[in-house]
Amino acid sequence: MASRPRIGVYICHCGTNIAATVDVEAVTEFAKNLPGVVIARHYTYMCSEPGQALIKEDARKLGLNRVVVASCSPRMHEPTFRAASQEGGVNPYQFEMANIREQCSWVHHDRDEATAKAKALVVAAVAKAARLEPLEDREVGVTPGAVVIGGGVAGMVAALDVAEAGFPAYIVEKSDHLGGHVADLNRTFPDLEPVAEWLPGLIERVQSHPNITVFLNAQVARVEGYVGNFEVTVSGSKVSGSGLGEPGTHSLQVGAIIVATGYKVFDPHRKPEFGYGLYPQVITTLEMERRLAEGDLAVDGKEPEHVVFIKCVGSRDKQLGNPYCSRVCCMISAKQAQLVRQALPDTRVTVFYIDVRTFGKRGEEFYDEARRSGVRYRRGNVSEIYRRGDRVVVRVEDTFLRRTLEVEADLVVLAVGMEARQDTDEIATLLKLPRSADGFFLEAHPKLRPVDTAMDGVFLAGCCQGPKDIPDTIAQARAAAASALIPLLRGTVPVISETAVVDPELCAGCGMCVEVCPFGAPALDPLWGVSRVNAVLCKGCGACAVTCPSKAIQVRHFRPDQILAQVDVLVE
Amino acid sequence: MQADIQELAKELGLGLDLLGCIQCGKCTGGCPVSITTALNVRFLVYEALVDALPDLGGMEELWDCTCCFTCVERCPKDVRPAELIISLRSQLVESGKIPGTIGDALMSIFRQGNPLGFAREDRAAWAEGLGIKSAREGCEVLWFVGCVPSYDMRSQAVAKAAAKVFQAAGVDFGILGTEETCCGNEVRRVGEMGLFEMLVEEGKPLLESVGAPTMVTTSPHCFNTFKHEYNLEGMEVLHYTQFLARLIEEGKLTFSGKVERVVTYHDPCFLGKQNHVFDEPRAVLQAIPGVKFVEMDRIRERSLCCEGGGGRMWFEGTNTEERLAFQRVHEAAETGAEVLAVACPFCMSMLEDAVKVQGLEDRLKVMDILELVAEAM
Ligand SMILES: Cc1cc2nc3c(=O)[nH]c(=O)nc-3n(C[C@H](O)[C@H](O)[C@H](O)COP(=O)(O)OP(=O)(O)OC[C@H]3O[C@@H](n4cnc5c(N)ncnc54)[C@H](O)[C@@H]3O)c2cc1C
Ligand code: SF4
Ligand code: SF4
Ligand code: SF4
Ligand code: SF4
Ligand code: SF4
Repeated sequence: MASRPRIGVYICHCGTNIAATVDVEAVTEFAKNLPGVVIARHYTYMCSEPGQALIKEDARKLGLNRVVVASCSPRMHEPTFRAASQEGGVNPYQFEMANIREQCSWVHHDRDEATAKAKALVVAAVAKAARLEPLEDREVGVTPGAVVIGGGVAGMVAALDVAEAGFPAYIVEKSDHLGGHVADLNRTFPDLEPVAEWLPGLIERVQSHPNITVFLNAQVARVEGYVGNFEVTVSGSKVSGSGLGEPGTHSLQVGAIIVATGYKVFDPHRKPEFGYGLYPQVITTLEMERRLAEGDLAVDGKEPEHVVFIKCVGSRDKQLGNPYCSRVCCMISAKQAQLVRQALPDTRVTVFYIDVRTFGKRGEEFYDEARRSGVRYRRGNVSEIYRRGDRVVVRVEDTFLRRTLEVEADLVVLAVGMEARQDTDEIATLLKLPRSADGFFLEAHPKLRPVDTAMDGVFLAGCCQGPKDIPDTIAQARAAAASALIPLLRGTVPVISETAVVDPELCAGCGMCVEVCPFGAPALDPLWGVSRVNAVLCKGCGACAVTCPSKAIQVRHFRPDQILAQVDVLVE
Repeated sequence: MQADIQELAKELGLGLDLLGCIQCGKCTGGCPVSITTALNVRFLVYEALVDALPDLGGMEELWDCTCCFTCVERCPKDVRPAELIISLRSQLVESGKIPGTIGDALMSIFRQGNPLGFAREDRAAWAEGLGIKSAREGCEVLWFVGCVPSYDMRSQAVAKAAAKVFQAAGVDFGILGTEETCCGNEVRRVGEMGLFEMLVEEGKPLLESVGAPTMVTTSPHCFNTFKHEYNLEGMEVLHYTQFLARLIEEGKLTFSGKVERVVTYHDPCFLGKQNHVFDEPRAVLQAIPGVKFVEMDRIRERSLCCEGGGGRMWFEGTNTEERLAFQRVHEAAETGAEVLAVACPFCMSMLEDAVKVQGLEDRLKVMDILELVAEAM
């Protein structure tokens, strides 16, 4: 059992954030008399250098073996104080925090009541601290290499960076070729560079790189393991110097996984008012790319007199369940409209829009160029298309004119948005990745962690995380590669110590913990019939502990006796 | 004002969401009357949003709205813009500033239970001698005949055809006779919320008391309000086209005759756009032996409104020269069809008038699907 507690308690003023509402002196005096407490102090800013120094010096001089800080939320400064305790010779897991700011001074006005509550929070923290046991920080080794799921530009670029850093990279591509959607494009904004001038080179670099292995017609069948040590089972054909191999199953051992599965274009059959599939004159921007590449803009063998673009098809639409803006279709429309003007100078080109969102670098200038080339921009969200002779009629309100028009056209191009692929669920299930409301994969934090996921060691690249253009896709792919390289380069990954453990004497082998664990950490030992936790997979969430009917599985640092001690002193 | 209107709409149980609007124009762009009249629902939403609505009394175009709900169906932000028009109409109703013909119709509904000005006692006169039982005796199917089929001469033929078809298919059905009262679908849409509430309060217990598991309506308008606004318990509401399609599928409705004609079909807004019943009417028509079915260009979600809904049966509209029904009958005639099939008493009336005015009588006949089915029995 642990040594006799010698606890130091530190009450923070947080400037006036806490001290203005809570009587910190009274709380300090109160703490001094709690069982096991050797010293109690208060200070203006505990997180400051001198504040931390107080902890370190006391710990050394008084031989403390437990530290309690009553201040802000542990989210911010728990690591700070753990480190300070450790420097003073206290095991960092024998540190406990009482949140008397967010949970007390910020939400209460009455000084007496707030002070009483702060005392209660401190007494509970002290009670728990007395029962905390020392834990060790742990690390595991990393298998060098990364699997990249998806071989579009995102996947290819990410794989190249991993490979260039000297690690094996495996691209698993579902279709029979690399390149993704970009392989179907003609020229790209904002420079109108032909895709043929850069994509084949990129594909060639990938295919000839000694560190990259490409699987085509391939899929990930299974993923086991954890950050640093994944085992990915792939079914598909390996590409080698002599071409495509026989289909088969391949087991890959890697330290990180990059998801780069891209998007699908919106299917305009779901907007029946546009008559897509009914009128040969109505096509999508993706189909238009092919036509522009082939220089074939004729409808029924005739050069079109009027080409109309309709923006936001399938995007910004609550009723369809796609409330987001697809971010690329304004630029795509500006690109294609310009190219039509260049190819057919006598053809009238009109873009109907709700807003023009040409925001990226050189975006606004590109929009200027489109208008200068003679493209007419008119504001109005087209409502309907019908036939008139061998042309179609676009029915739309020009909201500036405040007039509803029937505009005749020979070719109507629907600027279809981006959607999450239908098979996103398969990957989400395999890798236990959450998805955001729009269906795309969810990043770990919208600002601070845009390429991480809820799963350690799994990163996002490109449009699988949300609509983007190629520059943004590549930027994110390189960010994902850099993040994946961190564990690969370091060679070890830290794992948390507050994990679940099973008492084999108590475990009845019912398997309920196996079922409830979101991270697949516990498994029933086939020999003994009792549960065992893979401490590397365990996140310490506690779901198993509250589920286990035998109370056999418990999370270190959050054991029932530790928590109940906290509750008991509060109830007293 | 903006907050007031949003608040009013909420009180009236309308899902209007003014603050959701991005002024994209999809609503007005698809509004069937936005080219022929001054009605611009998108701009109305804007005026309401920025507190700039003019005096409503001078806005006769508010009564041009047919409540086809094309704008509601297509609005990407789910603003439900037509419900602003209904809210504004309700304000006009409150202050008594409504077109006289609409006022007369409402008064007739209040007094006689129908908008056509006929006496309640005569509601079931058309059914005399047809052997139709009262729903009060108990029945599997409560047939809600509707006001227009009960009183209007042309539509009575449709009611009689329905009776013949149901009887031939061995359906155990009954009607409410003189107890049947206007469903109130248009009452609500012209903004007479008080009267509508009264109709529901009296109608709901009456309909439920029959104890029939199924109600079948002749009109898509009755179907719409019973299905969505009455909250009827223990009763499935069907439009007759759905019911017939079911009978045909179950082999209960069979044909011994033939209708050797080229037929096209006009989707009623309250059945098609608003309730997505597109396939059943077509299935029924195509099941009739001899019928050669052809489609017009503007069908299903893109169907052209006949301009008969939302109170427009009682109000000519501000543009009496250019009617959508005129365009529609020409489109029907161009398909080579001899029969323009309808499934709604309002469509029947609007389109039949149009055929006459446009001089297409020798080429095109407007018939209800029920009449074609009856002809093939
Ligand atoms: C009409 C149109 C024109 C465009 N024009 C431009 C432009 O001019 N400039 C510009 O910057 N951007 C343009 N874009 C955007 C561009 O297409 C995207 O930015 C880019 O394709 C994103 O690349 P990605 O690799 O993330 O996704 P994708 O290109 O979709 O590639 C994803 C790859 O992953 C594979 N995959 C998917 N699921 C799996 C799975 N489960 N297992 C294995 N493999 C899988 C797919 O087969 C595909 O090869 C345009 C888009 C469209 C629709
Ligand atoms: S990028 Fe432009 S066209 Fe595409 S959804 Fe956004 S606003 Fe609409
Ligand atoms: S839930 Fe408890 S008893 Fe059941 S297998 Fe897991 S640890 Fe053992
Ligand atoms: S604590 Fe959470 S992550 Fe760890 S084994 Fe239990 S359920 Fe799984
Ligand atoms: S369609 Fe909807 S969002 Fe667009 S202008 Fe009309 S009400 Fe506003
Ligand atoms: S309901 Fe129909 S007629 Fe009325 S405003 Fe909307 S689209 Fe126009």
